[in-house]
Amino acid sequence: MDSNLKMTEEKPVSQSPIIMPLQPTLKETPPAAGREENLETKIEIRDFSLYYGKFKALGSVSMGVPSNMITAIIGPSGCGKSTLLRAVNRMNDLVPHVRTEGQVIMDGENIYAPNIDVVNLRRRVGMVFQRPNPFPKSIYDNVTYGPKLYGVGRKTDLDEIVEKALRQSALWEEVKDKLNQSGMALSGGQQQRLCIARALAVEPELILMDEPASALDPVATLKIEELMQSLKDIYTIIIVTHNMQQAARVSDFTAFMMIDSPQTRTGVLVEYGETNQIFTNPKLRQTEDYVTGRFG
Amino acid sequence: MSSTTQSIGAPSRRLVFSKANFRRRKIVNGIMLSLTGVLTVVALIPLFWIIAYVIYKGWQFISFAFFTQMPRPLGMVGGGIKPSIEGTIVLTTLACLFAIPPGILAAFFVAYKPNTPLGIAVRFGTDVLSGVPSIIIGIFGYALIVKPQGHYSALAGGVALAILMLPIIIRTTEEMVKLVPQNLREGSLALGSPEWKTALSVTFPAALNGIITGILLGIARASGETAPLLFTSLGSSNYSIERIVQVGLATHQNIFQIFLNIVEEPCDSLPLTLYKYSQMPYPELVSQAWAVALILMILVLAINILSRLWVQARVARMQGR
Repeated sequence: MDSNLKMTEEKPVSQSPIIMPLQPTLKETPPAAGREENLETKIEIRDFSLYYGKFKALGSVSMGVPSNMITAIIGPSGCGKSTLLRAVNRMNDLVPHVRTEGQVIMDGENIYAPNIDVVNLRRRVGMVFQRPNPFPKSIYDNVTYGPKLYGVGRKTDLDEIVEKALRQSALWEEVKDKLNQSGMALSGGQQQRLCIARALAVEPELILMDEPASALDPVATLKIEELMQSLKDIYTIIIVTHNMQQAARVSDFTAFMMIDSPQTRTGVLVEYGETNQIFTNPKLRQTEDYVTGRFG
Repeated sequence: MSSTTQSIGAPSRRLVFSKANFRRRKIVNGIMLSLTGVLTVVALIPLFWIIAYVIYKGWQFISFAFFTQMPRPLGMVGGGIKPSIEGTIVLTTLACLFAIPPGILAAFFVAYKPNTPLGIAVRFGTDVLSGVPSIIIGIFGYALIVKPQGHYSALAGGVALAILMLPIIIRTTEEMVKLVPQNLREGSLALGSPEWKTALSVTFPAALNGIITGILLGIARASGETAPLLFTSLGSSNYSIERIVQVGLATHQNIFQIFLNIVEEPCDSLPLTLYKYSQMPYPELVSQAWAVALILMILVLAINILSRLWVQARVARMQGR
C-alpha cells in the first residue's frame, strides 16, 4: 500500500492550530464525489459539537454516511472517534453533563429533537462494543433479549429470530446444538459474533461498531471482517478502528479525525472521502502523515 | 556514549550475580519464608483453639432430644432448646424480610447515583450504621416497637436484627453491582432497554452471587447477636410455634392471625439462651450453654461454607464449565 502513496511536498498545510476540515460540501451527496452510483444518505451529521461539561470533545463535525456502505472512522487515540460513534445512538446521554449542538439526521429526522424516543432510536441503531459483552445468560437468551424487550413473546417467533440472527452473524453452525449454554463459555471471537447477532435480532437499520476486533486474534478478526462485508447488503455500518489496515480492507468510506490542538483537545473531522482516496491520495498533509504511519 | 560501549564490551567481574550474593539471598529468603509460616500458624491458633474447645465442652450434650425438647424446670437434668431454635428461625426470617428488599434497592440506588445528595446520605448513613454498637440498636428497637406496643416480641427482635443486617447487605450489594462490567450495562442499553429493565435483567443476575454472599454474611452476623435481642425479643423458654398454631386452630383464627401471634410473642434465640444459661448457678445449664455455643458455631460456619460452595457452583455454571 505504501508504494502507492505519492509523497509530494505540495500538500496544503493549514497554518493555524485549528485544522480546517476538508470535506465535500453538504449540497452534493457528501461522500459520493467521484462515485458513479447514486448513494442514499442514511445518517447526516450536521455541524455537530459535543461537550462533556466544559470540555469540548467534538467540534462541528459534518459528514454524511451512505446507506449500505461501511464507513470507517480512524484517528489517533482520544480524538473523539468513539464519542462521534456514540452520538449516533445517543449512548453519550448516559454520561453526566453532556451537551450537544448541531444535528444528527437519520432518514430526515433529527435524532436529538426533543420528541425522539431514545428506546426506538437504539432499536434502529444497533451497537457492537470493543470487548465482547455477552450477558451472563444462555446463547438463546442473549439473542432474544432485544426482541423480548420489544414484546416478541411467542416461542416459535423467538426461535425463528434466533436462527436468523445467528445465521446472519455466521455463528449458527457453531452453536446450533448448544443454544442453552452460557454465552460466556464461547471463545472471544464467537462472543463478539454473538453480540453482533444480539444487535441484529432487533432488526436495526444501522450498526455501530466500536473497534469490534481489537480484542480478538487475527483469525477471529478476519471472520468479523468477512461478516461485515456480508452484512453490508442489508445494513449500514459505521466502524471505529485503530487499525488502519482494517479500515483500508473493509470500508468503502473513511473519515479521519484528529484533535485540533493539544490545549483544547477537541476532536475534529480532518478529511472524509472514499477509502481508496484517503489511503492512496489524501488531500491533506495530516491525513497523509497518519495513514503512512508517520504520526499517531 | 563511547565509555558505555566500552564497558559493555569489556569482560568484567559479575557484580549482580556473584556467588556470595546468591547465598545471602537464599538465606534471607529462607528466614522470611519460615517467619511468615510461623506467624500464619500463630494467627490460626485462636481459631482452632476456640473451635476445638467448644467442641470438647459441648459435643456430649448434643443429642436429637436436645433439639426437639422443651427446657426442663431448673435443677432437673435433660431437656432441650427447642424454643431457641424456633426463635432463631423466626427472628432470622423476619430480619431477612425487613432487611433484604430495602437493602438491595438502596444499594442499587447508591451504585447508580453515588453523587446525588441522597446517594451520599445513604452511603454515609450506612457507614455510621455499621459502626453503631448493637446494644444501641436493641434500645432503638425497644423504643420503636416494644414501648408503644407494651410488650416484648419476636417482631421487635426481627426489626433490630434487620437494622443490624442492613449496612452489611447494602455495602456488599453496592460493591457487587459496581463490579458488574460497565459494558454489560451498555450492551443492554444499546439494545434500547430502559435503565430499570437493564438493572433488573442484566445487572442484578450478574451481581446475584455477590448479593447472596452479602445476605448470608448478614444472616451469620445477625443470628449470632445477643445485645439487640435483650431489649426486644427478651427471651421466653416456653416459646413454641406448635403451641401457638394449635391454640390458633382451636380458636378458629385465620392464618394471618396465627402468623401475627407467632411474631407478637417474646421468643428465645440461640445466643440469648447461651447468654442466660452460662450465668446460671446450675452445672447442667452451664453444660447446655456449651452445647448451644457449639450449635451456634456450627450454624454460622455452615452458612459461610455453604454460601461459598453455592457461589462457586453458580459462577462455574455461568461461565459454562
